[in-house]
Amino acid sequence: MTRILETSGLEVFYGDFQALFGIDVHIDQGETVAIIGANGAGKSSFLAALSGLAGSKPGQILLDGKPVGGTAPYDMVKLGIALVPEGRKLFPSLTVEENLLLGRNGMSVDRGWDLESIYNMFPILRERRNQMSMTLSGGQQQMVAIGRGLMSNPRVLLCDEISLGLSPAVVHDVYVAIDEIKRRETTVLIVEQDLSAALRAADRIYCFMEGRVSLEGKPDELTKEAIQNAYFGV
Amino acid sequence: MTFANTIIQGILLGGLYALYAAGLSLIFGVMRLVNLAHGDFIVLGAYFLLSLTLTFGMPPQYAMLVAMPFMFAIGWALQRVVLNRTLKNDLLVPLLVTFGLQIIIQNALLQFYSADSRRLSVGAFETTSVNIAGINIGWMPLLTLIMAVVVISVLSYLFYNTSLGRKLRATSDSTVYVQIMGVNPHKIFAIAMGIAFVVMTVAAFFMGVRSNFDPSVGPARLLYAFEAVVIGGLGSLWGTLAGGVILGVSQAIGGTIHPEWQVLAGHLVFLVIILVRPRGLFPKQ
Repeated sequence: MTRILETSGLEVFYGDFQALFGIDVHIDQGETVAIIGANGAGKSSFLAALSGLAGSKPGQILLDGKPVGGTAPYDMVKLGIALVPEGRKLFPSLTVEENLLLGRNGMSVDRGWDLESIYNMFPILRERRNQMSMTLSGGQQQMVAIGRGLMSNPRVLLCDEISLGLSPAVVHDVYVAIDEIKRRETTVLIVEQDLSAALRAADRIYCFMEGRVSLEGKPDELTKEAIQNAYFGV
Repeated sequence: MTFANTIIQGILLGGLYALYAAGLSLIFGVMRLVNLAHGDFIVLGAYFLLSLTLTFGMPPQYAMLVAMPFMFAIGWALQRVVLNRTLKNDLLVPLLVTFGLQIIIQNALLQFYSADSRRLSVGAFETTSVNIAGINIGWMPLLTLIMAVVVISVLSYLFYNTSLGRKLRATSDSTVYVQIMGVNPHKIFAIAMGIAFVVMTVAAFFMGVRSNFDPSVGPARLLYAFEAVVIGGLGSLWGTLAGGVILGVSQAIGGTIHPEWQVLAGHLVFLVIILVRPRGLFPKQ
């Protein structure tokens, strides 16, 4: 498989505080990779760095082998890296459809994701298209956030804690959508605290602990004990 | 009839205040920037129109159309080169920088144009009026109010019906997360400032035609603009129009009670409104 995104010794700092210590991760074309780990393990910092929201050095993030670390977020999305941020972060002044259309602004290559395909994947959003985004339920807001990310027609979709605060039934619906996104050969990187959801969706997982990779492998090759050790450090 | 006349003249005056305030409201709505040099930029625009009329002999209304793209460029460049650098987490920095700009503009205008009062002339149209049910309505004040409604309508259309408007609103919501939508907030801020400067050019034309101006009158325009924005509700364009009209009517009523009370009445109404509704009458939700 073709390697699409890779980090090499990625470090992230917030002022004097270091969140990531030399992370080496790779993602191949069409793969779904999950990053798991406890609170504060550095998972969201990792996605922030990949999306450009957190600073990094050029050679620490490679897209198609080319250094892209430190690229501004508005240029990163045009390179094909879209982020579905933790907490959805919808724009309250915009309707559902306007949020989706705003996502289109980051598109540089059309890979077939448009309003119609998003509405087909999430039919409820078609009904709510003219509603202000913050009046939706949490699950529907998550659908808008995923759809908005897809509207940029990304090569890699970064999903940060997409099950957070949602009921199990809604989490199931969201992961059905992730399956559909995988079928359409969009590469997906999921950061997730819901271990069972991550293990079910991912082709490979990385476990983070205290800003470092503590485990890597395919879900069916990893024992429960190994995951627990890597997750909690016990 | 006298009272009705007072109210109507106040509403018409409010159109001028709404024009002063529209650019300020736009800028505050998009980037939470209070531009203390706003009134001075309107005065700068009026001198620009004056120079075009004196140099090329063109009527002020044509000079206004010619000046608009130049004023857009000045606003765009000001934001890109100066103001974007001040927009961090500290509100004091842009306040100090725009206060400094105020002093620079006033002194530059004094240097180039002297302290003499100037005026833009559009001929006899300035003084013509129409009598409706016994009330004289000046064509120029009426045109000012109509233009205020047109400007606010165009800005509202831009905000709520265009792709640029989506980006302006989203940037106003979050300068961080709009970036992962492929939007550079600094570019959006520069466009917004450019648009505000075009609106200021319209305000400059009506200010220059309806009253004398000199390099020192900017702060008073800022004060009226600021009061109209706050009365109407921060960030609300139609609220700004309403704020301008309330201010104009208050001044007109104050002026009929006693000539010295005209400006004071506007300030008093402003104070009462911010005491009762600190976020203004029609704040942006």
